[in-house]
Order: sequence, then structure tokens, then C-alpha cells
Amino acid sequence: MASDLTIRVNEEDRQIAASPDTPLLYVLMNELELNGPRFGCGMAQCGSCSVLVDGVEIRSCVTPVLQVVGKSVTTIEGLADQYAREKGLEQRPALHPLQQAFIDVQAVQCGACYNGMTVKATELLSKNPTPTESEIKTAMNGHLCRCGTYPSILKAIQLASAKMSDPAL
Amino acid sequence: MTDMSNALSRRGLLKAGGALIVGFSFVVALPRNASAARGDMAGPPNPQEVDSWIAIHSDNTATIYFGKCELGQGNTTSLLQIAGEELDLEMSQLNSVRLDTNVTPDQGATSASSSIHRGGPPLRAAAAEARQALIRLAAARFRVQPGSLIITRGVVSVEGQPALSVSYGELIGDKQFNVNLSSAAPYPPAPQMHFAAAPLKPTSRYSLVGQSIPRVDIPDKVNAKNIRVQNLRLPGMLHGRVVLPRGQRAFGAGAKPLSVDENSIADIPGASVVRKGDFIGVVAEQEWDAVKAADQLKIVWQDTPPLPNDDLFAAMRASETTETIVVDMGNTEAGFQRAAHSAGATYRGPYQGHLPFSPNCALADASGEQVVVQCATQRVYETRDEIAAVLGVASENVRVQYYESAGTFGRSCYNDAALAAAIMSVEVGRPVRVQFMRWDEHGWDNYGPAHLADVRAGIDSDGNLIAYEYHGWQHGWTALSTVHDIALGVVTPERSGGSNSITVNPISTGSMYKLPSRRVVSHAVPMVGLLRGAALRSPLDLNYGFASEQTIDELAYVVKMDPLQFRRKNIGSTRWLDVLNAVAESSQWDARVAASTLSNERIATGRGIGLGTHHVSYGAAVAEIEVNMMSGAITVKRLWGALDCGLAVNPSIVESQIVGQMVQTTSRALKEEIQFDDRSVTSLDWNSYPILRFAECPEVIPIVVQRMEEPSTGAGEEVMGATMAAIANAFFDATGVRMRQYPMTSDRVMEVIATRSVPNG
Repeated sequence: MASDLTIRVNEEDRQIAASPDTPLLYVLMNELELNGPRFGCGMAQCGSCSVLVDGVEIRSCVTPVLQVVGKSVTTIEGLADQYAREKGLEQRPALHPLQQAFIDVQAVQCGACYNGMTVKATELLSKNPTPTESEIKTAMNGHLCRCGTYPSILKAIQLASAKMSDPAL
Repeated sequence: MTDMSNALSRRGLLKAGGALIVGFSFVVALPRNASAARGDMAGPPNPQEVDSWIAIHSDNTATIYFGKCELGQGNTTSLLQIAGEELDLEMSQLNSVRLDTNVTPDQGATSASSSIHRGGPPLRAAAAEARQALIRLAAARFRVQPGSLIITRGVVSVEGQPALSVSYGELIGDKQFNVNLSSAAPYPPAPQMHFAAAPLKPTSRYSLVGQSIPRVDIPDKVNAKNIRVQNLRLPGMLHGRVVLPRGQRAFGAGAKPLSVDENSIADIPGASVVRKGDFIGVVAEQEWDAVKAADQLKIVWQDTPPLPNDDLFAAMRASETTETIVVDMGNTEAGFQRAAHSAGATYRGPYQGHLPFSPNCALADASGEQVVVQCATQRVYETRDEIAAVLGVASENVRVQYYESAGTFGRSCYNDAALAAAIMSVEVGRPVRVQFMRWDEHGWDNYGPAHLADVRAGIDSDGNLIAYEYHGWQHGWTALSTVHDIALGVVTPERSGGSNSITVNPISTGSMYKLPSRRVVSHAVPMVGLLRGAALRSPLDLNYGFASEQTIDELAYVVKMDPLQFRRKNIGSTRWLDVLNAVAESSQWDARVAASTLSNERIATGRGIGLGTHHVSYGAAVAEIEVNMMSGAITVKRLWGALDCGLAVNPSIVESQIVGQMVQTTSRALKEEIQFDDRSVTSLDWNSYPILRFAECPEVIPIVVQRMEEPSTGAGEEVMGATMAAIANAFFDATGVRMRQYPMTSDRVMEVIATRSVPNG
């Protein structure tokens, strides 16, 4: 069953043992011991497990690991690095500005949806740095939250957008 | 199959007093040098001892031990504020630990919005006693009167002589206080608690409590360093899954396998079946193999009695109920005879699910001296006892450690994952991690029960409420878990007595108004033959708000009064009036009769107001909604929610609780309903049980009515009933017709709109 596939996760090549049909999520959680992406539904309905593959948000719970061979997977753990590369920053910030915005507006309750919300919003802001409220709502509509934090996540995305597009920062 | 009690006995589980070996080390910050290391003995620690609550360390920091778990509601921060305030320590000097049956005090369940309300006072008392003990030590050291000492950030100095100062850490660092709490003050339903004889700090001197301190748990959640139960992995562990019929069947019938074809998973490497009684699980080395095995295992389940999917509410009304008169005040019958006007109707609310965003997960290791279980229970001690009962061992031989999962809003699936993991670990002799699949969580939840209500109220010719009557039909819940029942082959009876929420909640049904006569009757429906029930956030208060506050609104309409003015006229107390006024002012409520601005536009707009609570606190809400008269779709545009929970320890956390409650109520008002056919539940995921989505979310304006001099009461569920009422009343304002059943789906809206007489222009 050992597959000896190699996948690229957060800019590192990682050799993995899982069978090729194993959903990427289980590989990230169990073999690579990443705590960010998490199981929520296993059916691509909720967004708990989101990661970026070549910059595009996907649901790792329904993506066989074989499908990401030769591509670049970024999890929430790699977002700050990715931001530093994109912006050509010499030093990696401790957190992606969006993560900092989640702290600044205290957007999190239980935090279970936070991984997917952040990954999806990062994708949005890299494509559209200054989205309107309606563009944010449309982009985020595939990500569910059970605690009712949508309003504060909206604020966090708006705050991050403002900070990221402020040349003084 | 192994006889489990023998298996346990062989492993020495039943030996009393054996040393505890925990294969898990990053759990508990041990108080250094304490004479008995925390974690060595089964708890609960004695709540009368200060040392059970507080440890001061040499570096002048403190570890605070409490028995209420962080569910994402922010209670850790608020409880640290309470302790820090009495101790005169700053937030940066305070730490807490995970709940653990060998470490933390038993403060009952983290439910009923009790963390601050009931969990705060004993912690405050312990902190006050600790502070007094530290003052005594400093006074002795400096040979001065205690009254001459002042404390800043845990440094005690003699007033006017700054050279004479000593830190808490120097006074007692990592040593025990050996001080008892005194002055008995029982605080039900938590275990008997004793309060401080030490003076409590007057609220006028508060600097931490009442402040919107940022939450201590958020940074680690944001940088993905927070360890959730789903993240735990134990050396040598197997991955487990439960195997249940897809969707629960009639309660009482269990889940009985007639045959299990173990060959059906023979092609999956390392996968095997684990059984105890009717409980069936699968384990495998790789998680994906466990998922496949659970899916692939062929089981023939015994047929079960039909569920009343044709008309649940008729079945509830027709069942053999047990009546409880919850309130009987004045002469209701005479009141109605005297009434100039009365209004009344029948209201219906569905089963709804807790459905935590991360399905339940638990790890158990029964391979050592004790069974160690990590899970996201809302009450570690109760979970420990249930695991012990199912395994047939003494409670002291089970240790339960709390790890946060997703917000659960009541007790989703009780201890099912923890029990499943424990059973499987005993059986296979290795640690087992059980992760529920989404359909396990949706299909086998203990749902918030459906509710049927007959409500009526009457007013005199001046618009004064004079009579009120509420009849509610609902079933309650059991104290024990599905896996408990199927593993032991028993049907746990419904709980009787206890929480107000099993009988109709008298506080949510008319208590906010001046009423010379009021009658509230609970008709307890047997749960057998229906679905499993449990307390779901603000248990049944959404129903009471929906039914009771629409009735009040109808009377305002009869006498052509503005609904706010009508409520002000009839309000029963200042605190109710204050939340009503707060929400009216914030929403800039303009007085007019409901449904007085009806139009023939495609999009009808409406606004509504409502009152409600769960226990003790006071909630008021205003809703602005749009109704699409062609499609029946309701959009909640804006919500205002005012909450008086006494002293709000951390107002911004209370605000975020208000927002969460109002968004969740919008979801439950418009969308959520557990569906079932004649055999089983069919709401098994987020498509078959839709919830409110990002783009559908209203703007929410939270208002905290701060009461520095009142005791803190619940803040996690007390504005939901009011929110439901406001949305329902806004629907009438928009359309001129009433919704008597929720969720207010497009289909139901179109049905109701069809009954109205169309106004001109």
C-alpha cells in the first residue's frame, strides 16, 4: 500500500506512504501532522479542510492525494511564507495579515471554520485585493460557520484588505 | 469476542490505588514543588481547598484551575478576569489548564450559560481567600497590620514604604496555601460549594472585570497552534469508526444488527470489526482504511417501528402525555371571560440539531493502568462515570481529559465518541482514535425536541394584559448516550424533573409582563417512538418566543397599538423595560401599528420586536426583514439584540455571544429542520440540513446593558427567543399574515401568503 508519492506542501517536497486514492486531508493530518486543515464533512460541503493548490482553494477531504502530485499545496501553516514571497518581503511576518485581522477583530469563536475561512479569503485577496462587501460574501458563500461568526469574519477580511493595500504598511 | 471486564482485570485496571501512567505528557502544567502533584490521583479535588483552584508560582504568575470548558464562547478569558481581579494580578500573569478529571475541580456541566453565572462565584471566593492568605504572610514578614498593605500586580508593599515589598511568588511560590474556603453557600446544581469569608473586592475598584480584554484562546487558534481533539495522535494507535444505521430510527428500538458480514471488509488491509453488545465499530491502521471499512461493512439491521413522518405534531398531541402545571397564577379562566379582546393560535417548531462544525472525535488508551480518554465533553466527570459504567470498571480507573473541538451548543451526541473509543481500545488493546463521520453526527445527534404550543392571551378594554395561557407539548431527553444503550442493550429512560427546559420554561412564557392571571402547562410527550432529544442552545426558548411573543403582538394589533408601546405598557419589571428601550433606541424604532404599511411590491419589508430569555438574564431583539412575495424567500437584513446579563465580565465577549446567538437563530428560524421518513432520519449532511450561509447573514448590532452591581448571569443563549420572536413579528409586519410554524421556508411562506387578503396599493 505504500505509494512513495512525493507531494509539495508549503514549499517542501514530502514523500508520503498513503495509497494514491487517500484524500489529501488524511495525508496532511496524519502523515504531515498539520493541525490547520481539518475534517468537517468529508463531502466538500463545509470548507473545514480547505487548502490552496497552485493558489486555488480546494477541498482536501475529497481530493485524492494523487491529484496534487506535481502541484504546490499551501496550507494555513504556509500562508505567512507565501505572503512574504508574494510581497517580496525580506522577513516573513509572524502571521499573514488576514490572520492578524482575525485577532484584531476577535473574529473567532470555536475556530473550527477558521482554517477554511482564512484559506478562502487569502485566495480572494490575492486575486482581488480590494473586494466589495458583496464580492466577499459571494466568494465566502461556500464556507459554513455554526457559531455565527460570519459578520466578524466579514470585518476581518475588510480590515485585512485595507491593511494589505495600504502602501504605508 | 473478549469478555471486557476480564480483559480489563487482566490489565490491572481494577487495582485500587495503582500509580497513574499517562502516555500523554503535554496536558497539564504541574504546580512545581507542590506536595501532591496534580494529576497523580483521580479527582475531583476538594472544592473547599484554595489549592484546588489556584497555584502561585515562583515567577509571580498563577495557574487557575476551574471546571468550565472553553467551547469557543470565551469563558476561559472571563474566568481568568474574575480570578485575576480578586488576586490583583494582570492577565499576563494568569494561566489556565485543560479540564482533566485528575486535575480540575468539578463545577458541573459547561451548559445552561453557567460558566460565569455559577462557575464564577466559587472561583472569585477562592481567589479572595488566596489574596487574604498572601496578605497575612506579607504582614507577618514585615510585622505590620494587614491594613497597611497595598497590592499591585501581585506585589505586596507597605503603604508609603516602597522598599518594603514582596511578590506573591516570593511569599508562596509553588507551595500550597493549605487554606479552606469558609462560609457555606450552596450553589445548585453544582456540587456543594463553600464561599469565602474573605472580603470580596468592591466592584467600584474593578480594573479587569467589566473590561473588554482580548480573548486568550484566539491567538493560538489563529496561528493553528491550538491543539484540538482532532489533532491528537497517540503512539501505536488505530483509527476507529462507528458503524450505525444511516440516520437514527425510532427512539427505544436501538440499533440491532441481525448479521454482520466481516468478510465484506476482508479486502481492506488491517481493518477489523469490534463489537460489544449491539455496538459495532471498525478499526484500521490507516484512517482512510477505517473510513472505507465503515462504509463497506455489510450489516443487516433489525426493522424498527415507524416514525410519525406524516404528522409529527398530531402524533405528539395524541400521545399519552404527563401534565405538569408549571405556573398557575390568578384565575385565568375568569380573566379570559372578562377580556375585551383575546388572541390565540397553535404553533409548531421542528427537531433541530446541534451539529458541531467538527464532528465528534475522541481518543482512548486502555492499554495502561488506567483508561485515559481525550474528548470534547461538556462535563469531564460525567463522561468519566459513563465510560466506567460501560466498561464495568470503577470511575477512579478512568481519566478524562478535555480537548476543545467545535462549538457544540448543547451536548451533541453526548459521550458517544468517547465511549466508542474506550470500548474499541479495550477490545484491541491499543489506543484508538474515533472520528465521527458527518452522517454519524447529523444522523445520531440528540436533537433539540420538536414543540407544539396552544397559546392565548387576553386584554381589557384599555389594552392591559389580564390573562395568559400556554400549553406546550414536547419530550425531554435522556441522561445517557446512544453508545451506552446499544453496548449494554438497555433503553435509558427519559430524565424526569430537573431542568426547567424539560417542562415548559416559565420565564420565557409571559413572565416579562404584568399579568394578574397566567397559566403555563407542560404536556410531556413520551420520547419512545420519536427521535432522541437533548438540550439544544436556549432549549425550546425559540419555540416559546415564536408562540408567546406573536400572541402578544396580535393583541397590540387588535387594539391598533405600536408593538413597542404595547409592550412598554404591559412590561413587568425595570430590567425588561431597559432591554426593550435599549433595543428600540438603537434600532431607531418609530411608533406605528404593525402591518400598517403593506404594499403590493415584489419585495415586502417588515420590522418586528420581541422579548425573551433562557434563565435569569433579559433579552430583547428587533429584526428588519425582506420577504420576496414571488418566491417566498425571507432575507433577514438587520438585527439588534440587547442583553442584560447582570455584570458583563467581558462586554466584548458578551457582544460576540449576542451576535452568534442572533445569527444562529436566523438559521434556525429560516432553514433548520431535521427531516425523517417513516423509518429513519434523512438529514445527514449540510445539503439535507441546510444552515444559514455567509451571503445570507444579517448585519447584527449587539447591545450589552451593563449592570456592574448585579450578579453575572448567563450570556450564551438568552437573546435567541427574542430574536425568533422579532423575526416572526417582522414577517407579519411585512405581509399582514402570521407564520405559525417554523422554519419559515419559502414553501411555508408561499402557503401562508396565499391565505391573505391583498391590500390595495
